[in-house]
Amino acid sequence: MIHQEVLWVILGMGLVTYVPRWFPLVLLSRRNLPQWLVDWLDLIPAAILSALLVPELVTNGMPRHMSFWQPELWVALPTFIFALKTKSLGGTVVTGMVLFWLAQSII
Amino acid sequence: MSKSDSVSPSKKHDLKTSILQGLSAAWPICLGYIPIGIAFGVLAQKAGLHPIEIMLMSILVFAGSSQFIAVSMLSTGAGAVSIIITTFAVNLRHLLMSSSLAVFLGNTTRKKLSLFAYGVTDESFAVNHTRFSQKIWDLDQALVVNHTANIAWVVSSVIGGYSGRFIHEGAFGIDYALTAMFICLLIFQLKGRFYVITAVIAGAVAVILSLIIPGSSYIVLASIFAATTVLGLKKWVLR
Repeated sequence: MIHQEVLWVILGMGLVTYVPRWFPLVLLSRRNLPQWLVDWLDLIPAAILSALLVPELVTNGMPRHMSFWQPELWVALPTFIFALKTKSLGGTVVTGMVLFWLAQSII
Repeated sequence: MSKSDSVSPSKKHDLKTSILQGLSAAWPICLGYIPIGIAFGVLAQKAGLHPIEIMLMSILVFAGSSQFIAVSMLSTGAGAVSIIITTFAVNLRHLLMSSSLAVFLGNTTRKKLSLFAYGVTDESFAVNHTRFSQKIWDLDQALVVNHTANIAWVVSSVIGGYSGRFIHEGAFGIDYALTAMFICLLIFQLKGRFYVITAVIAGAVAVILSLIIPGSSYIVLASIFAATTVLGLKKWVLR
């Protein structure tokens, strides 16, 4: 049922995903970090979320290329406005899904 | 002001309240994970993984994009070492996320931190970080968020592994669930003009880098570049 090769892959993946999650928490949480580092880390969430999101919206394919005429981008605009107005995570997810579904059935 | 003063939880929450608050923060994440988890299960099953292997991977790895990549690499016959190295590279961004969360977790045990570390994902990170920085959150609620999301991920990927054939791709806009979630999580983080500038720079640089370099290293590179640039800018403006 479990192939040995697959098991090794899974165990290895488990290790290399756990360590980057665990190491900074244990290393940094008990120290008084310098203020510049605290300020820098405070900017990281906005940076990462944007770096994850924006390429999803405006690029496509493998290798990636710019693509503005895709529903990912155009559905993002009303979804963005909805999120801005309501600040509701669940509502935004549902709205985005419905709009994307509609956009795909129209195209 | 020392940092530990500013981040200690304002009040102790009782267990039931913590669980309820954690669940109400976690359900949108679950809503996003369920379709993705099912989709992962379907692909994994098609790549020849047994549902038990799928479950084991979702429990031990708990990283959506890496799991998708691993399964597609397995189906093309890639070796274990190259899959593991790829996984490591894709998940390096968690170094930044956990560092950013560590700021709020000064007075806690190593055991609890180790348990919390297991559940740090893009989504749980953003949900917990927002609440930690509003000082309405402590580690108990954050643990509820992480583990609820984890259960949703594991269960849905196993369901996908068993019954995925019946769910056709692209139904109900499920492909967009995580994108919509990122949009809202990003808005939560735009707490002032410097955050907006950071997001704009990170987004633009990420797009450019993603076109030039294959893989996902653009996420970490663009984030570090944007945060560093804006920190410098802030120092210069507020001088």
